[in-house]
Amino acid sequence: MLIDPLIASATRIVTVFLMVAGLYVVIARGNMIKKLVGLSLFQSSVYLLFILPGKIIGGTAPILDSRFPVYAHPLPHVLILTAIVVGIGTLALGLALVVRTREAFGTIEEDEIIAREGAKASRDGEGA
Amino acid sequence: MIAAHLPALVVLLPLFGALLAALSRNGAAAFVVAIAATFASAVIAAMLLVEVQSAGAVSYHMGGWAPELGIEYRIDAVNAPILLLVSVMGVAALVYARVSVLAEMIPERIAWYYTMMLVCLTGLLGMAATGDAFNVFVFLEISSLSTYTLIALGRDRRALVAAYQYLIVGTIGATFYVIGVGLLYLSTGTLNLGLIVERLPDVTSPRALIAAEAFIVVGIALKLALFPLHAWLPNAYAYAPSSASALLASTATKVAVYLLARYLFGVFGIHRSVGQVSIADALMVLSIAAMVAASLAAIFQNDIKRLLAFSSVAQIGYITLGLAIANEAGMTGAFLHIFNHALMKGAAFMAVGAILLSTGSCKLDELAGIGRTMPLSAGALTVAGLALIGVPGTSGFVSKWYLVLGAFDAGMPWLAILIVASSVLAVLYVGRILEVVWFREPCQRSLEASEAPAGVLVPTLALAALTIYFGLSASFPVSLASNAATALLGARP
Repeated sequence: MLIDPLIASATRIVTVFLMVAGLYVVIARGNMIKKLVGLSLFQSSVYLLFILPGKIIGGTAPILDSRFPVYAHPLPHVLILTAIVVGIGTLALGLALVVRTREAFGTIEEDEIIAREGAKASRDGEGA
Repeated sequence: MIAAHLPALVVLLPLFGALLAALSRNGAAAFVVAIAATFASAVIAAMLLVEVQSAGAVSYHMGGWAPELGIEYRIDAVNAPILLLVSVMGVAALVYARVSVLAEMIPERIAWYYTMMLVCLTGLLGMAATGDAFNVFVFLEISSLSTYTLIALGRDRRALVAAYQYLIVGTIGATFYVIGVGLLYLSTGTLNLGLIVERLPDVTSPRALIAAEAFIVVGIALKLALFPLHAWLPNAYAYAPSSASALLASTATKVAVYLLARYLFGVFGIHRSVGQVSIADALMVLSIAAMVAASLAAIFQNDIKRLLAFSSVAQIGYITLGLAIANEAGMTGAFLHIFNHALMKGAAFMAVGAILLSTGSCKLDELAGIGRTMPLSAGALTVAGLALIGVPGTSGFVSKWYLVLGAFDAGMPWLAILIVASSVLAVLYVGRILEVVWFREPCQRSLEASEAPAGVLVPTLALAALTIYFGLSASFPVSLASNAATALLGARP
């Protein structure tokens, strides 16, 4: 038996909600950390998208043995394990860039960085 | 024995090289490892190209596991030239980097820089070599993550912000791609591109396929900087170290274009439509917008690296235009422009990097008359610029010639006029550079400059020479491009 249809559709709704909410946070927020939080939400939605169809109620891990006739499809899980690792790498690199940005600019708000660079560029322009 | 494993080695050698380079912690040692691994990769890519041309497509089962359980690497007439292009440009960029990073980076970071270049090359080669949709995502992220690092290593502090913005956009693009792959997997039950094509006719829900295609195309379009998804590119190229700009401009977007072509022609079919909109028409409109809008933006740039970056967006428009035309001549033009643009833009970014190295500036208003003290670098920049316009005698002319032919073959002569008109815009932005560099009275900074060291000049001039050589004798790239075009058009499902 596959997963209960009600739970399946509820999970799909959660998947789409995470997808859209994550993307919205990335676009709407100017704080570099908050953007990364949104990005992580967005990526998490993909994990659900892959995992859901592989789940079978009562299924075990894929062990080839007569005692465990029903097992969940292992491939989506493996794929998502890879995707999670990629997500961690992205998040770690993003946070490292935020730390360096804070050291270099003294702020992690994109508006303020752009404002400072704009002011600097116009000062350079007058000086030249 | 080893010959059977070439498709894996071409990708794995740079990866092992990266490991050694990281462990060495020493800039000079890392350079030797990097150049050896990349050069070996280039040799293998050339051998694969010869094998593909004589014996047809090569299929390699990673770890001995046949598809659909295992991952298949599939080298055919379409991606063998891409592998060669990426590895050769990798060698050129590494040779260039040896001298240029010394001026751009603190010594402790140099070994890491080479490591990142190798990882980036691994990712790009892997994206081109693999025949597995999810494997493409993994390699895409490998190349992207290392690219963000390469950009962040730029001298200017704005490089950090450029890298961060590219990270956000690039991750959204990769995630879109993987959502599309997920939907394809749900529909067909396999990740192998060949098997997906076989099973597509049996798919019961066309809506899932349309969603998959939309997500995949938009995801890849973000990576290849298709207008209007190009906003990340100008800052990324402008603030990255010179050798990284040259590498990325000549390889990263090209591999993404290859991937787009592979999906549009090899998997979905270019003539499918989403709702009322045909994919080919949408791609054509966006390509034309890129050719015109990005060229216009390039005209008003003061920073030469930014100018070249906007020009890249415009030139990518020509390539995707060739894909959208979707006939023999247009596709040949598109693939030809992938090779030619890689050479000319590599030469251009290297020449600007050489000028930046000597003078400390790449702003047009600070470089008046630089051609008198740095004739070789400025000469390479001139050759690359003329190729960007498409002047006869340079490689840019050949690829635009095929694009125009393709437009006529498709019964769209107005498109040929647009291609020529957008080249006039290129005359304007290249003309601005040439006027400042050659015809203005030298300013103080230019008079004090001296020609860049041989270590950066040699790869720059080599690429510029190739740009002219392939403009005069185009039979080799044309045969590769037309084979690729035939293979893709023949694969139309």
